[in-house]
Amino acid sequence: MGLPEQKEGKIQAPDDLFVPLRESSADAEMIAKPSISYWKDAWLRLSGNKLSMSGLVMLILLVTMAIIGPMITPYSYEHQVLTEGNLPPSFEHWFGTDNLGRDMFTRTWNGARISLFVGFMAAIIDFLIGVAYGGFSGYKGGRVDHFMMRIIEILYGLPYLLMVILLMVVMGPGLFTIIIALTVTGWVGMARIVRGQVLQLKNAEHVLASRTFGASASRVIRKNLLPNTMGPIIVQMTLTVPTAIFAEAFLSFLGLGVQAPVASWGVMANDGLSVILSGHWWRLFFPAFFISLTMFAFNVLGDGLQDALDPKLRR
Amino acid sequence: MAKYVLSRLIAMVITLWIIVTITFFLMHAVPGSPFNQERNTSEAVQQNLEAHYHLDEPVFIQYVIYIKSLATLDFGPSIKQSSTSVNEMIGRGFPVSAELGVISLLIAVISGMILGILAALKHNGVIDYIAMTFAVIGISVPNFIMATLLIQQLAVTWEIFPVATWASPVHMILPSIALATGPMAIIARLTRSSMIEVLNQDYILTARAKGMTTFQIVTKHAMRNALLPVITILGTLVAGVLTGSFVIEKIFAIPGMGKYFINGINDRDYPVIMGTTVFYSAFLILMLFVVDIVYGILDPRIKLHKRGN
Repeated sequence: MGLPEQKEGKIQAPDDLFVPLRESSADAEMIAKPSISYWKDAWLRLSGNKLSMSGLVMLILLVTMAIIGPMITPYSYEHQVLTEGNLPPSFEHWFGTDNLGRDMFTRTWNGARISLFVGFMAAIIDFLIGVAYGGFSGYKGGRVDHFMMRIIEILYGLPYLLMVILLMVVMGPGLFTIIIALTVTGWVGMARIVRGQVLQLKNAEHVLASRTFGASASRVIRKNLLPNTMGPIIVQMTLTVPTAIFAEAFLSFLGLGVQAPVASWGVMANDGLSVILSGHWWRLFFPAFFISLTMFAFNVLGDGLQDALDPKLRR
Repeated sequence: MAKYVLSRLIAMVITLWIIVTITFFLMHAVPGSPFNQERNTSEAVQQNLEAHYHLDEPVFIQYVIYIKSLATLDFGPSIKQSSTSVNEMIGRGFPVSAELGVISLLIAVISGMILGILAALKHNGVIDYIAMTFAVIGISVPNFIMATLLIQQLAVTWEIFPVATWASPVHMILPSIALATGPMAIIARLTRSSMIEVLNQDYILTARAKGMTTFQIVTKHAMRNALLPVITILGTLVAGVLTGSFVIEKIFAIPGMGKYFINGINDRDYPVIMGTTVFYSAFLILMLFVVDIVYGILDPRIKLHKRGN
């Protein structure tokens, strides 16, 4: 198509230029690759990572077994049959029995419920407190931010497990005290991440536009800032879960965790350790194996998510 | 620099004071007196005991007394073992724990860095794959489980090493390895990723173009920069080794500070718990501070006085 001729400062466009666009040239304007959302892109990259996907599959299996595991055996986790103590794994007792004749398979999956519950609860509570605190601090900025960050810095300087142990001594052992003890100091990391992200994002155009339209602070944080911060938050949450599971096992191992007859993996590992010299290897092996497997699954999934959700690596 | 150090020192004292205060009031929030479990104590004896440890005073007065004695580095007496003071426990336990901690950290740093560097040099090769699988397993297996596995295999089944206690260098091998695996795995991963980044820099290409061997490039040029991220997490690793030593010392029956701490918890011996917590925290805070200073010295790009703001 030639340029329209120019005459006396006016643009003269001949009528024959105004023809309907042919379909083929409309296609030429089309982007070959369909535009994909951030989450779809992240999923595509995550599913390309074999190790992380195996972690995800393991987690799904672990959660499934935690739900149905205790139900598929005829035994209950606290039912004692003293005549059948310390039996090795067999057809009747897949993981053997402990010294009180309790079925280890049932106890192991019951322990999975406790460990996973502690892990997920700790991650969720950390998320709620961390987002509220970090979001507010970063959004307000200035003196408020400065003051709130001083508090964070001091809390961050506290030795995490030491404080958790102290809190457990004061509050007494138990499932809910563990979760409280883990979250009292655990939210700090999340708050720092959210605050850093909010600080970066809050002067972005879409946030300014939203504020110009009179959106309240909480609306801006919920609708504009948080969705753009979800990547790092999710990574942090996936890494909080194994930390919490480890801390629970650690506390139970020291005798500060959940109390008998409830069995967490840490308690079972501690029991198993005491009989290690008598050759009852299954008492230690199963809880130890599943703690490690869970931590492994969360760690590799967290690593994969870190790569998949990093916008800088997006292609 | 001097201004930065001073402001950090003030922050350290404040953090420590907050830890002392939290610990003190937490320990006094526990219902009941430490002497409740003691049998055959008459009312009068009980009152005398409480008066001796100032437990009959209001909590705030006890707090002032405790802060005053801490200022003179006196952690007070143990309630359950009346013949020993907390200072004596720390004096006896700390050298053992420090020995265990230093050996573990050395193992972790040296083997972790070697693994990380090898993995980075053979990026995406077989060695890389093996080293990183090893590292992920090291992070996933809790140290108390690693310890029991080592005992089961190397001490019980094969009888290569002694099962427990802390007598000769041979006794130190298993506990140190058990304590070192977690930090080692973290260091290996960190070294690998920072090393891969450094090895792609132009100055490495220059060095290679000048005909330097890989060994020279790694030791002379790449390592110094690849070390920096490792140093930043060294403070956290010290904390990990320290808390890890509680269980390791329990499993291997090592007479370190962790043993006193755990015994203190089991006996509800509050002065011991407070004393060891304060000591541990002070030690950790000091370590974090040292790490920051070392970092500033090694990396001239970082201006310490600016980071203080």
